[in-house]
Amino acid sequence: MENPMTETSQAAVVVRDVEKIFNQGKPNQVDALVGIDLDIQPGEFISLIGPSGCGKSTLLRLVADLLEPTTGTITIHGKSAHQARVDQDYGMAFQQSGLFEWRSVERNIELPLELKGWDKAKRRERAQEMLELVKLPEFAKHMPWQLSGGMQQRIAIARALASHPKLLLMDEPFGALDEMTREHMQAELLRICAAAGTTVVFVTHSIPEAVYLADRVVVMSPRPGRITDIVDVGLGRDRNELTREAGDFFARVTEVREALRGIELADQARGIEDR
Amino acid sequence: MNTARLRSLAATVLPPLVLGVLFLVAWQTWVIVSDVQPFVIPRPSDIWKAFVNDFDLVWKASVVTGMNALVGLVLGSLFGFVIAVLTNRFLFVSELVNPLAITIAAIPAVVIVGVLNNMYSLDSQIPRRIMVTISVFFVVFVQVAKGLRQNDATQMELMRSYAASPFDTLKKVRLPNTMPFFFTGVRTAAPLALIIALVSEYFGGTQNGLGSKISGTLNSANKALGFAYVLGGAIVGLLFFAGSNLLEYLVVPWRRRARSK
Repeated sequence: MENPMTETSQAAVVVRDVEKIFNQGKPNQVDALVGIDLDIQPGEFISLIGPSGCGKSTLLRLVADLLEPTTGTITIHGKSAHQARVDQDYGMAFQQSGLFEWRSVERNIELPLELKGWDKAKRRERAQEMLELVKLPEFAKHMPWQLSGGMQQRIAIARALASHPKLLLMDEPFGALDEMTREHMQAELLRICAAAGTTVVFVTHSIPEAVYLADRVVVMSPRPGRITDIVDVGLGRDRNELTREAGDFFARVTEVREALRGIELADQARGIEDR
Repeated sequence: MNTARLRSLAATVLPPLVLGVLFLVAWQTWVIVSDVQPFVIPRPSDIWKAFVNDFDLVWKASVVTGMNALVGLVLGSLFGFVIAVLTNRFLFVSELVNPLAITIAAIPAVVIVGVLNNMYSLDSQIPRRIMVTISVFFVVFVQVAKGLRQNDATQMELMRSYAASPFDTLKKVRLPNTMPFFFTGVRTAAPLALIIALVSEYFGGTQNGLGSKISGTLNSANKALGFAYVLGGAIVGLLFFAGSNLLEYLVVPWRRRARSK
């Protein structure tokens, strides 16, 4: 299952001693993240979970170089996060599909390739390949508004994967979908990423989602944002609908829930102290 | 499905149509019943007669004023769009221009045409066209500047994740995003262009446009012809409205669905 190459090659993502402070020195200073260390192996699926304000989205944006850390370093496949962004080494998907309404489905998928300077024939071919991957090959010429929310999100994922990045960063991509679509999309995402060996960092606030998808669930807590626990899921790579009903699955869900509850209790205690 | 579409079409078209017809009938009845003299208020039927009989007069005047409005609308829209895009990078420019635009809208800026008239020959339409251009410019500029500042956060983060250059982001995301705002500006400016073109004629120059004809004939005994000129102006105004909507429909197809909702 594990590719022996990946064990010897460098880590996919290394976060070292990262701190992110917004509005430093001002009255509205926010310590979004402190003392963050995280190593992510190639092909690994990581879920980031925690209550709102714990900095999970901030951490994702630091890895994506959409934000810069106040201190510390982030390395992606041996490069700085900035260089990785400039080289388009990762794909990204958000809660909103962020499709460009004036572009057809295939031209949406082609946009990152267009910016990389690919010629049209090559782009078209790749777009078709990606549409087949997300099982919407007949929708190439459709416009985004003609698709359902779940389909739009699948196009957004196809676009994020269009340049075959080794790293996929996702910020609650299924957050706006109904439960049935959501479970279906989770299974699809696992299939797609397993096939391509993609490393994934996935932000969510759904415990079952975090556990079902991830090899490791990173539990975070707020004020200041930090990593409090890392739960090894260990459900193997062959996950299906039965996984959701398995005892091991529930055991991991409980483990993550308790880790989160620990944060909540500590938070309440601190809340009382504050008053 | 077709009956449903017909029904929704009827629901949009019928009420204003019925209201319009009722209004004309009431007007006609009132003028006849109260025996209002035709040099005070003419009957709608007489206005229509004048419109048909003197159609070539109305047509000529409408073309003069309509052309002035159209040239000003096109130039003002172009300048408004281009200058908003060029100055978008400099916040202070929009901070400078926005209050200026509001001031221009508040004062009867059309008097500028009086100044311009002194700079061009007596039979020139250029002062009126410049006046329309200025008025349209500010309306479109303000809308486009607003559109350029309102970007979808997810789309902007995506472009950043692609390491897209500012120029690519402008061309591929911000400009398309701005088009609906641009057309809101054009649609607002279209009737304004016509009004400014009409009023500009009150400040001297060749008396061959709708504005001059309306003011000339409404004071005369032939009130019906005066109202026929007004009808001509109304038709030009409707054409402007329809034209700018059609243009938006063609250029911003992704907005059709949003608007039909």
